[in-house]
Amino acid sequence: MPKYMLIMRSTQEALDASADMDFTEIINAMGAYNESLMEAGVMIGGEGLSDPAEGFVVDFSSDDKVVTDGPYGEVHELFNGFWMIQVADKDEAIEWARRCPLGPGTKLEVRRITDESDFADFADNEYVQKEEGWREELARRAEQS
Amino acid sequence: MPRGPAAHDETARRLATIWRIEGARIVASLAAMTSDVALAEDVAQEACLEALQAWSREGVPQNPGAWLTTVAKRRAIDSWRRRDALGDRYASLAAELRESDDDDIETIGDEVVRLLFVACHPVLPIDAQCALALKLVDGLSSEQIARLFLVPVATMQQRIVRAKRALLAAAVPFDVPDPHEWRERVAGVLRVIYLIFTEGYVASSGERWMHRELAYEAVRLGRRLAVMLPREPEVHGLLALMELQSSRFAARVAADGSPVLLDDQDRRRWDHAAIARGRSALRRVDALGRGRGAYALQAAIAEQHAIASSVDTTDWSSIVVLYEVLGRVAPSPIVELNRAVAVSMAEGPATALRIVDSLHRAGALATSHLLPSVRAELLARLGRNEEAREEFNRALATVANDAQRSVPLRKARSLARSERVDGGRW
Repeated sequence: MPKYMLIMRSTQEALDASADMDFTEIINAMGAYNESLMEAGVMIGGEGLSDPAEGFVVDFSSDDKVVTDGPYGEVHELFNGFWMIQVADKDEAIEWARRCPLGPGTKLEVRRITDESDFADFADNEYVQKEEGWREELARRAEQS
Repeated sequence: MPRGPAAHDETARRLATIWRIEGARIVASLAAMTSDVALAEDVAQEACLEALQAWSREGVPQNPGAWLTTVAKRRAIDSWRRRDALGDRYASLAAELRESDDDDIETIGDEVVRLLFVACHPVLPIDAQCALALKLVDGLSSEQIARLFLVPVATMQQRIVRAKRALLAAAVPFDVPDPHEWRERVAGVLRVIYLIFTEGYVASSGERWMHRELAYEAVRLGRRLAVMLPREPEVHGLLALMELQSSRFAARVAADGSPVLLDDQDRRRWDHAAIARGRSALRRVDALGRGRGAYALQAAIAEQHAIASSVDTTDWSSIVVLYEVLGRVAPSPIVELNRAVAVSMAEGPATALRIVDSLHRAGALATSHLLPSVRAELLARLGRNEEAREEFNRALATVANDAQRSVPLRKARSLARSERVDGGRW
């Protein structure tokens, strides 16, 4: 079963608007959504991201990489968090994404998470092989934390 | 929204997916209302047919689950009307329907559990229990289930119709089991889920050695059950076992489709996120503090393999101990045979052969390829090649699955060339 990442993207205006909303309400709506994902057995992970003011952007447009502190000025959409779900197919990913309790100014970008079959043509590549080992190491670290 | 046949197909696809997500809750709420799972399923299907027409014309409503539930409730009332059963039940139902017409359906996890208990009711044959669990709780169509179990669609449809009739005939209540039968019934549900998993993990016949999709349906059911019955240790034990076993999917089959034994698997290809989920489920078992049952013990064995970087660094002594405990909790010749394999790794083939020989003398596993396979392996490691070859041939004669056949075949051939055969565990 394929895995998908649901990535929340909001405009700065939507973020500002949500600051005025009742936070308990937001938590409850998101909680109910997360619960439905759990009850359906499709949720395999997810995290929220902190205020963009704590973040920064690195721009690779020029050789001299430009680092800009959040909330990024001209960047119009901000990533707020993500879910990872394991579902039967793309249709089901779409259906779950539709159910997410988000408002105007916010989008969900949904992307399939690659697995090793996506790199089958590069199976001999040293780093592709190493990466499998890294996954093991990362899982072990996650296990210990 | 486009109209015409394209809209119809598009709607049908969305409906199938919506059904997959909400079907169980819809049927469960209808069954709670009608106390009749078969009727609930029938009227829900009628509602789906209506939805297909209406949604193709008007688009999918904001809350498709509530739409389906409301229409299905009306059909249930119609059905009672037709049966001339206009009694108190109808009157109260009609009243309730008027009140709740526009309400959203609520999260009713406990009703879905009831549905699962009914689907896995011991009055049904086990294959019907598996089919009904996938149909009622997982929202799969009879066609999908037939494909997953590799049986003709008509056979599966008949199986499901018979099962629904049997539930009706036995007047199985739409309820959770009574306390005195709770443990046994929970065990029954777990058995069904694990059977679905193993059917997918090692397809019991034919050329398809592994049928991942079906196994994943079982994992999904297991995850759902862990949310619905969080205080049952074996629910988490089974989930742990399935997550850990499914972590090896990618590594279990070679490029040519032949099986790769545990020893020869590229452990980097194991799904380490699945391993982490499995181990965390196992920790939930321990956190409940009521000991490890048979599933949790098997999961703990799988965990030992999962955390070892190679066969040589595997903690075989711990695995031997776990098999000993498992043998006390759930004694079976298969457990004993697996213990023998672990003993052969921890202490050497001679001790292990004594265990296998006593199984052999007891006439255990007479129709399985496993016992002669393991015995052959041990004999080969002891240098008794002639006897080993005989055992490999015996194993070959009993393998049901074409792909699995390739393993003893390879071994018998390599033995015939007098090459050393290394511990290939099943």
